[in-house]
Amino acid sequence: MTIPTPAELTFVPLPAEPAPRGARGPVAWLRRNLFGSWFSGIVTVLMVLALGRAAAAFLDWAVVDAIWTLPGNAIADTQACRAPEVGACWALIREKYRFILFGIYPYAEQWRPALCVAIFVGIYLASANRRWWDRRLLAAWVAALVAIGVLMHGGVLGLRTVPEDQWGGLPVTLILSTCGIVMAFPLAIVVALGRISRTSPVLRLVSTLYVEIIRGIPLISVLFMASVMFPLFLPEGVTVSKLLRAQIGIVLFIAAYLAETIRGGLQAVDAGQSEAAHALGLSYWQKMALVVLPQALTLVLPPIVSLCIAFFKATSLVTIIGIFDLLNAGQRSVGEPAWQGFGTEAYLFVALIYFCFCFSMSRYGLSLERRLKRSR
Amino acid sequence: MAGAAQAQIDDIEKPRRLPPLRVLAVQALIVAAIAGIAWFLIATTLSNLNARGITTGFAFLRTPLAQPINHSWLTFTPGVDTYGRALFIGFLNTLTVSAVVIVLSTILGTAIGLSRLSGNWLLSRTAGAYVEATRNVPVLVQLVFWYQLLLQLPPPRGALDLGAGVFVSNRGIRVPTVLLDGHVWLALAAGIAAAIVLPPLLRRAGLSRSGGMWTLRLLLVVVPPLAAIWLTGAAPALDWPHLQGLNFRGGAALTPELSALVIGLTAYTSAFIAEIVRAGIQGVPVGQWDAARSLGLHRGTTVRKVVMPQALRIIVPPLASEYLGVTKNSSLAVAVGYPDIVALVNVAISDTGQAIEGIVIIMLAFLTISLAVSAFMNWYNRRVALVSR
Repeated sequence: MTIPTPAELTFVPLPAEPAPRGARGPVAWLRRNLFGSWFSGIVTVLMVLALGRAAAAFLDWAVVDAIWTLPGNAIADTQACRAPEVGACWALIREKYRFILFGIYPYAEQWRPALCVAIFVGIYLASANRRWWDRRLLAAWVAALVAIGVLMHGGVLGLRTVPEDQWGGLPVTLILSTCGIVMAFPLAIVVALGRISRTSPVLRLVSTLYVEIIRGIPLISVLFMASVMFPLFLPEGVTVSKLLRAQIGIVLFIAAYLAETIRGGLQAVDAGQSEAAHALGLSYWQKMALVVLPQALTLVLPPIVSLCIAFFKATSLVTIIGIFDLLNAGQRSVGEPAWQGFGTEAYLFVALIYFCFCFSMSRYGLSLERRLKRSR
Repeated sequence: MAGAAQAQIDDIEKPRRLPPLRVLAVQALIVAAIAGIAWFLIATTLSNLNARGITTGFAFLRTPLAQPINHSWLTFTPGVDTYGRALFIGFLNTLTVSAVVIVLSTILGTAIGLSRLSGNWLLSRTAGAYVEATRNVPVLVQLVFWYQLLLQLPPPRGALDLGAGVFVSNRGIRVPTVLLDGHVWLALAAGIAAAIVLPPLLRRAGLSRSGGMWTLRLLLVVVPPLAAIWLTGAAPALDWPHLQGLNFRGGAALTPELSALVIGLTAYTSAFIAEIVRAGIQGVPVGQWDAARSLGLHRGTTVRKVVMPQALRIIVPPLASEYLGVTKNSSLAVAVGYPDIVALVNVAISDTGQAIEGIVIIMLAFLTISLAVSAFMNWYNRRVALVSR
């Protein structure tokens, strides 16, 4: 009897068999994913026919029969676009893209709102990276918002003053949504803490009333309220610009929804955390700021990203009360007689811009959710 | 959970102790601050209203409105009928839009949500593209897009014929209607009411098992109208839209405003409902599918008897808030000129300047709707909820 050596005892697996023929390759993929059953096959054929027809019609309209440039120097001659067999009139976008993006901001100064949009996008991208979430990012946010204010308004550093009623387009949409969320955040935290306060029934009642009333009515009525009713609340002589009134309405609206979400996070943090902080002798505010809130906010980050997408889209409602945002600029770009009837092109352009922002935010939200789940 | 546990701990640790003086002082301070702000706001508002010569109160509801209303279930004569009647019409219009959009987007959303889960790659990818494209563009952009597109359609003479008597033109969508005698409508309404009320009563009395209920419901809905037709001798007729002069006659018309609103809101909402349905079905553990399959159930039976009952428990709560969102989004009607409650209150505010009363009316209207929707959804949620023994 021989004792096997350790080398003989080592398990040596057989080499893996190749997958059976017909389970790999494009044909197998087609068979599995498009013709898995006779029903699936019929669906595939019908879908190919329908999508093919739709795609062909859309390409005809958007590319083949489209008009990209128009004759005319000062005022474009849009007659060529009105012929019956002509498709999309992208010359509208070529002519009006600066109007749609920046509104009636003085033409020579439009590098300023363009730079503002770039700063916004830059600070969004910087904030997306979780490793950078510290005091420096906070400072960068403050710097960015100040820079945007200076750039848009001017009046200092040799920049020409551009009053608010000449702002328009994409920067207004970005300002309303970004500042709305930034300013609503502290308010939302206070309201959320108020709603779950155990020591102050008054604060609880006021917070609950505020949240439930705002969440019970549509945003458009909050905006009407801000634009019509707000001046009534102010003493005589004090006026607030239209844009700022809309901004206040949006902040009040966002804060109510944000407060509900944050409250959900606060209640999901284990009670032991709060008790442990209490036992360590931390005061209420220390306990909240250092122990409970950081955990609560991390828990509700993905829903907060969804809310941000919703609010970004919701700012388009300010069009109805006459604020010159991106949608309103798109609407007005086809307002003058020469360009009337080309709304489809203008709105597709506007929709594409909104889509880029919202889609990237929603992808980011998904990846954040996955990473937070993994780290837990 | 955590809150409840905390409350228990508090009960144990602090048995009926008066709150410390500091807490009471803070309370008093908060009350004083709120009262002060409220007093300041009310005082400035009243003086502002006085300065502008605006009277407060709801008396304006009884004064006539000079403006016509382009979509109404009730007759409205501009200059004769009152703001009150106009606002009631607006409320009915809000309900109409909400109801139509909720029904359509539930059907469409469920179909798209199921398509996203299909094993067919092309179908699931198309459904995915639809969802991403519609939910990432603001609903208002979609509304104005469809509205301008509908207005650009050819006039009634060159209307698009979608078949089955449906015509689309720049005057909106024209559909055929069924002409029925008033008694038949009454009988139908009575039948539907009976179909809703009777089965639960019968079940409570122990007279019937659930199997026969749907047959009974069907009979209750179908038989009374047929009996009414037979008794009155008024045969139902279809009213087809037809071109007469420059416009259509016959059938029912959806104005471009209403059509744009319904199309835009349905497209937007159905994307969200599709995601809710998908999440609900994916939330059912895979083991349930496997178990049903090992019992020898067909795929259809598995979905109907095993997966859906469990998925509905996940689906119903977010669906309820989505429905509430629809009623609130219907207020975007003001952007396309459809006279819903918000649009008409807005008219009243700009005519009379009575903004506060207007906002109160809007709040009451939406409070009514959301209470009704949540009552219904709570009832439905209880029905599909897990009955534990």
